[in-house]
Amino acid sequence: MTYDEEDSGYQNDGAFHQQLIADVLAAYPDKSRKRRQRHLSVAKPADEEAKTEGTLTECDVKSNIKSIPGVMTVRGCAYAGSKGVVWGPVKDMVHISHGPVGCGQYSWSQRRNYYIGKTGIDTFVTMQFTSDFQEKDIVFGGDKKLEKIIDEIDSLFPLAKGISIQSECPIGLIGDDIEAVSRKKHKETGKTIVPVRCEGFRGVSQSLGHHIANDAIRDWVFDKNEVHHEPGPYDVNVIGDYNIGGDAWSSRILLEEMGLRVVGNWSGDATLAEIERAPKAKLNLIHCYRSMNYICRHMEEKYGMPWIEYNFFGPSQIAMGLRKIAAFFDDTIKENAEKVIAKYQPLVDAVIAKYKPRLQGKKVMLYVGGLRPRHVVNAYEDLGMEIVGTGYEFAHGDDYQRTGHYVKDGTLIYDDVTSYELEKFIEGIRPDLVGSGIKEKYPVQKMGIPFRQMHSWDYSGPYHGYDGFAIFARDMDLAINNPVWGLFKAPWKKAA
Amino acid sequence: MPQSAEKVLDHAPLFREPEYREMLARKGQSEGMPTAEETQRVADWTKSWEYREKNFERTSLTVNPAKACQPLGAVFVAAGFEKTLSFVHGSQGCVAYYRSHLSRHFKEPSSIVSSSMTEDAAVFGGLQNMIDGLANAYALYSPRMIAVSTTCMAEVIGDDLQAFITTSKQKGSVPEDFNVPYAHTPAFVGSHTTGYDNMLKGILENFWKGKEAKQGASINIIPGFDGYAVGNNRELKRILAEMGVEYTLVSDVADQFDTPSDGEFRMYDGGTTLEQTAEAINARATLSLQHYCTEKTLEYCGSFGQKTASLHYPLGVQGTDELLQTISDLSGKPIPESLEKERGRLIDAMADSQSWLHGKSYAIYGDPDFVYGMARFVLETGGEPRHCLATNGNKVWADKMRELFASSPFGANCEAYPGKDLWHMRSLLATEPTDFLIGNSYGKYLERDVNVPLIRLHFPVFDRHHHHRFPLWGYQGGLRVLTTLLDKIFDKIDIDTIEPGVTDYSYDLTR
Repeated sequence: MTYDEEDSGYQNDGAFHQQLIADVLAAYPDKSRKRRQRHLSVAKPADEEAKTEGTLTECDVKSNIKSIPGVMTVRGCAYAGSKGVVWGPVKDMVHISHGPVGCGQYSWSQRRNYYIGKTGIDTFVTMQFTSDFQEKDIVFGGDKKLEKIIDEIDSLFPLAKGISIQSECPIGLIGDDIEAVSRKKHKETGKTIVPVRCEGFRGVSQSLGHHIANDAIRDWVFDKNEVHHEPGPYDVNVIGDYNIGGDAWSSRILLEEMGLRVVGNWSGDATLAEIERAPKAKLNLIHCYRSMNYICRHMEEKYGMPWIEYNFFGPSQIAMGLRKIAAFFDDTIKENAEKVIAKYQPLVDAVIAKYKPRLQGKKVMLYVGGLRPRHVVNAYEDLGMEIVGTGYEFAHGDDYQRTGHYVKDGTLIYDDVTSYELEKFIEGIRPDLVGSGIKEKYPVQKMGIPFRQMHSWDYSGPYHGYDGFAIFARDMDLAINNPVWGLFKAPWKKAA
Repeated sequence: MPQSAEKVLDHAPLFREPEYREMLARKGQSEGMPTAEETQRVADWTKSWEYREKNFERTSLTVNPAKACQPLGAVFVAAGFEKTLSFVHGSQGCVAYYRSHLSRHFKEPSSIVSSSMTEDAAVFGGLQNMIDGLANAYALYSPRMIAVSTTCMAEVIGDDLQAFITTSKQKGSVPEDFNVPYAHTPAFVGSHTTGYDNMLKGILENFWKGKEAKQGASINIIPGFDGYAVGNNRELKRILAEMGVEYTLVSDVADQFDTPSDGEFRMYDGGTTLEQTAEAINARATLSLQHYCTEKTLEYCGSFGQKTASLHYPLGVQGTDELLQTISDLSGKPIPESLEKERGRLIDAMADSQSWLHGKSYAIYGDPDFVYGMARFVLETGGEPRHCLATNGNKVWADKMRELFASSPFGANCEAYPGKDLWHMRSLLATEPTDFLIGNSYGKYLERDVNVPLIRLHFPVFDRHHHHRFPLWGYQGGLRVLTTLLDKIFDKIDIDTIEPGVTDYSYDLTR
């Protein structure tokens, strides 16, 4: 084998994975085969120069291009990226799903963005506000209705700090001017009103919705209201942590223990004030690079704010992340980071001692969204588990380039995988665990393969931080080592 | 440090540990949120009559509706046909949503494809997406039928499904004689129940159009959109077998949403066969179990000379009586003694428990047929279905509900609310509380806000498992519904009397 054996401890069968790719492609009609083959690949060893910079492999696939019709892509849409991911968790604003009823209904309370507040009074995350478009709204336009809706929100939900308008498909098609409505209503109410052009047909996946949502923060929130905030030397923003199952809280506790002050958490458990004051902080810490790098780049250009990526999954990455963050600050913070790492080391040791023997050598396949297909790799490896395949729903080239920092030579890589491909890959590899979403969960489990939802943490979590790692380890163990997997075959069938 | 390897704490207990409580309190100080007093003042106000009136004056905003959009119903009904793949023409995100929504309820796979239309298709139309999409779906997923419906994007730009499908067949996407029924299912018209109706009619048209009916002995039965279909359809089939009726269940999702775990993933399982569907034209009658899911379909069936009849979710005693009598009338088969005995057993159970049920008040929400059937059963138990709400109910439904209320002394204080949402329901419950709330998982937010215990008996149920595997329909289903109500009633009494030395004098062993 040619790859770096230093810390790998396992290797993937690249040739076998190449064969799996060839097999699934054979099922497609010609035109689609040509398009799909560019999205499937096997990680190859990085060249020597890249290796010295910490890159293990090259994951060379096409990404962020249109899904092929009829193949059962797992992807969502721009609305999902904006309302579902970026804006929805902002807790003291009302987010209107603007258009027909469905989009808001299916995404209602489904991302587990935890928050503290009195829902319906001062916070609104787990509610479904919709303009419930009817045929007449399509024919005559919905702007008048939207104005009325904003008035009704203002009167019935007086503590809402602002409103975002999350466009569904028809809005952009019928030529509504939601920006004009927003400006007008902002003048009348004095509240922040944010029109977001995240119609589902825009772009090729959730990803453009993230970008559009980021741009809306830039254009409709920053530098609009006066910010009452006394900046401090250790102020940081956590960007791209949606507090799923409390992830941002089990991260924040570490940052605070280090002596940093988290003045904004975007966007899990966030308030509008946290977004408005963000440019006054010293540093942006970005967890989900894919969904929020845009606004970090903007803050860097406009306000000269630096940003760094970090990863709080699993003890190896957490320690690395804490040091990387601390390096930006003075010696006190650096010392504190070491103290935090040392403080949690006994917990880490105990978790690994308990779970590694139960999980060692277990093979994992991942298929998730923005950052997890790479970010969780080391967390599994900390438990002695092996990543045999991974892929993203809506990654761009820079995500796959970063994936090379994590995965081993021979790892199967699949971009915008179709249900057909994923099923065949899983059937061929028969991993010990698959981590993916709700749509993948039940087909995989029927095949007798343990599964964890890696979007919602399968209703568990948090998985970030040291406290989260213990839960992560427990959950992977309970998924794999449950007796139900041994009961699938009837005893009389076993005998046959 | 709160966390340990011996006893791993996940979110619920973890964030109640002192370290996290202090951290969250610190965060709370800097969030720019209203003061606790201000929040409390507004919270109290939202529960007032004044707020209720303001809330009911809403004309444009919808908050927490109890309905979904047409294509959900379309993909649901299509799943009830043998090896049928739903193909939704329009944006792909919608399909991800329907699949997730159904999987979260049934805890089952839900396989649907999209034509993945994007901005260019919005400009030029989605014909090419249809051509490629049908070819891919046919090649990869080997369906026997592809049922095409639409997202609102395709509807707004006006894509013509019939022409597109014809062109796709000419281009060889699927064989000429391959079944590709279709229905336009705009999300801005009606709800998921409308989509059920439209797609079902589209499927029947695919097989029946231009054909002559030769009336036979069989009857068609359409279950309607039903989250409890797995249990209900099987119970229905058992009843029909008891009666010896020749029938076709038109769209039977029971097996599709209840596949076994034995090592094989079945993308398709069970369902009405295509042969049965074609043959269903010759039925002597078609019976819908949910009127508001099937208005257009029934009219279509009637156009072939079939007798038609419809019920409102056959639940409880009279609901089941009506089911059996209607089937008996349409099929000419008598109601067997075995079912009469089942009826007697349900009545027996209701009589045993009547003192606990009598006078209990309920709020009920959901699809129009369910709310009707449920309210009717509540009346039979001596309960009062005070607030009956259907976001996708219309005035005709409300009138029908009022007729039902008028038929019983227990209906005197009851009202129907068509077109209202769960934020309206919050006002109703805050100002005129009931003993219990009957609905779906979304009702848990009402339970929290107004402290009325929630009984989950309607789609979707995300936060409890396997309820849908057991029937609500028929006398057997009635027993299950009865037990569910009673369990909640008794649990409530126990919770209210459990404090040692204070209330536990009433913590009775026998009730």
